[in-house]
Amino acid sequence: MKELLIISGKGGTGKTSIAGSFAALAAPVVLVDCDVDAANLHLLLNPEIKEEHEFFGLPKATIDKDKCTGCNLCQELCHFDAISEGMVNPFLCEGCAFCFYICPEQAISLRDNVCGHWFISNTRYGPMVHAKLGIAEDNSGKLVAEVRKNAREAAKEKNLEIIITDGPPGIGCPVISSLSGIDLALIVTEPTLSGIHDLKRVVGLCKHFGVKTAVCINKYDLDEKNTRTIEEYCAEEDIQVVGKISFDPSVTKAMLNGRPVIELAQLNVSQQINAMYNLIYRQIST
Amino acid sequence: MIISVASGKGGTGKTTVSTSLALALDRIRPVLFLDCDVEEPNAHIFLKPAIATTEKVHRPIPMIDYDKCTYCQNCSDICAFNVLAVLEKTVLIFGELCHSCGSCWYQCPEKAITQTDKEIGLIESGKSQNMDFSNGKLNIGEAMSPPLIKAVKAKISPKKTTIIDAPPGTSCPVITSVKDTDFCILVTEPTPFGLNDLKLSVEMLREIGVPCGVIVNRADIGNDDVLRYCTRENIPLLMQIPFDRKIASLYAKGTPIVVEMPEYIEKFQNVYFEIERMVQS
Repeated sequence: MKELLIISGKGGTGKTSIAGSFAALAAPVVLVDCDVDAANLHLLLNPEIKEEHEFFGLPKATIDKDKCTGCNLCQELCHFDAISEGMVNPFLCEGCAFCFYICPEQAISLRDNVCGHWFISNTRYGPMVHAKLGIAEDNSGKLVAEVRKNAREAAKEKNLEIIITDGPPGIGCPVISSLSGIDLALIVTEPTLSGIHDLKRVVGLCKHFGVKTAVCINKYDLDEKNTRTIEEYCAEEDIQVVGKISFDPSVTKAMLNGRPVIELAQLNVSQQINAMYNLIYRQIST
Repeated sequence: MIISVASGKGGTGKTTVSTSLALALDRIRPVLFLDCDVEEPNAHIFLKPAIATTEKVHRPIPMIDYDKCTYCQNCSDICAFNVLAVLEKTVLIFGELCHSCGSCWYQCPEKAITQTDKEIGLIESGKSQNMDFSNGKLNIGEAMSPPLIKAVKAKISPKKTTIIDAPPGTSCPVITSVKDTDFCILVTEPTPFGLNDLKLSVEMLREIGVPCGVIVNRADIGNDDVLRYCTRENIPLLMQIPFDRKIASLYAKGTPIVVEMPEYIEKFQNVYFEIERMVQS
C-alpha cells in the first residue's frame, strides 16, 4: 500500500483541485480529506455517505453547583483560564482534568465530548474517508490520525494499492499528524513571495520528520521570476519539481460544477496534471 | 478597537486585506499590526517592517527530579495527553504532546516534578512606517500554536487600533486569534470552496460571540452564492475586490494593493469606518 499526501504550507494554492484530479487518474483508489477544519474535497467528489461515526475528544469538566463551595482553587490552578464564577467555559477547557483531581469537594466531573464526526463514503473513484470537526473544537491532529487509520483499513479491505490524501494547510498539529508513514508528500506551491516563504517552512517540516517530498508549482505563469526562484530553491534542496501547472480559469469553472478539472481532458492544465501524476506514480510504485 | 481578519479557507486574500487595511489606517491613526498566522506568517513580506526586537517564547513542560522520584506512576496516570511514561528507572517525557496544564507538577506526591521551559517559537517586533508590527514564528516541528498566538496577542495596546491577521481554518489557532476581538472581517472568494469555509467560519464566530462582516475577493471568478448567503444570514458585505491580474501580480511580488493602487486607500478606510459604526451601535 502506498500513501501520497498533498500539502501546501500556504492555503489556497490548489491542493484540493489537484487531489481531486489525481483521484480520477488513480481510480480505483482510497481518498482521504485530512483538512478536518475546512474540508473541501467532498465538493469535487460528491461522496455518498455510507457510515457516520462520532469522534470523542478529551472529556470536558463541569462543576456541580450543589457541591461547589466557591473556594476558587480550580479557577486559580486552571492554566487555560477556562473557569470563572464557578462555571467552565467549554471552548477554553482542554480536557486536562486537573480541576477534576484537585477539587477538595469532588464537585467537578468529566463529561464525554463528541467533538466531531468522521465518515466513510463512496465516490465514483473509490471509497473516501473524511471528517468534520465540531465548531470551535480542538483535537484536529487526533481526528486526522483517526481518519487515516480508517483509510488504511478501507484500503486493506477493498484491496486497493494507493491512498491519496488531501492535507491541511500550515505546519502545525494536523499537518504533523498527516505526515507519519507517508510515502511521498507532494507540496503544491504558487509563484508568490508568500508561497515561497511557506514552501520553505513546509519543506523544513518534511525534512524534520524525514518525509520524501516533491513539488508542484501551480499557476506557474502568474509570475515566472518567482517560478524560477522556486525551481532554483528546489534544485538546491534536491527536491524534484514534478509539475508546473498553468493558471487557467477553467479550474475554477470545474470547481463550480463540482467536478475535478482533469475530466476536461482536452485542456492544457489537465494534460499537465496527468503528466505530473504519471511521474509521481512511477516514484511511489518503485 | 481590535479587528481580526480571518477566512476559513486559506489563500482567499486575508493578508492582502489585513495589510492594506492597516496601511490605509496608518495614515489617519496609530495602528498596531499582529500577524497571528504563526505557522505561516506572511504579513512581513508586504509590510516590510524593520525588526528591532526578537524574543523567544517558551512554555513550561515537566522535568523530573530523580533524587525525589519514587516511580509511583501518579503523573502518567493523571496526564490526559500521554506526555509521561514511567519506566522502572526513568521517566520518559514527550514534550511535544504537553499542553502545559500544570497537573503533574502540582500533584506529584513527592514534589519530584519541576518545570522546564521548552522554546516553541519567537516574536519579531518592529516598525513599518508609523505602524507597530509584531509577528509570531512557530518553530518547525512544534505542533501547538495557541500558546505562541497568546504571546503575540499580549502586545495589544488599548491606545492603538489593532489589526490581527489570523490563520486559516476554524479550530484552536483561529479561535485563539479572533477571541476577544471587537470585529472579525472574513475574506472569501465566490466559489463553492470559499462558501463552504465561510459558513464554517461564521458558525465559529457566532459560537464565540464575535461580530463579523465579509470581504469578497476575486469577486467575479465564480457565482453569486456567497452574496446570497450573506444576505440571507444578515452578514454585512464590506467590500468586493475584483479579480484583476494587476492585483494578483502585486500580491506575487509582495506589494500591498494600497501602495500601487492608491484608490484603494479610501475604500479600506471606509471599511474601517463602517466597522466602527457597527461596533459602536
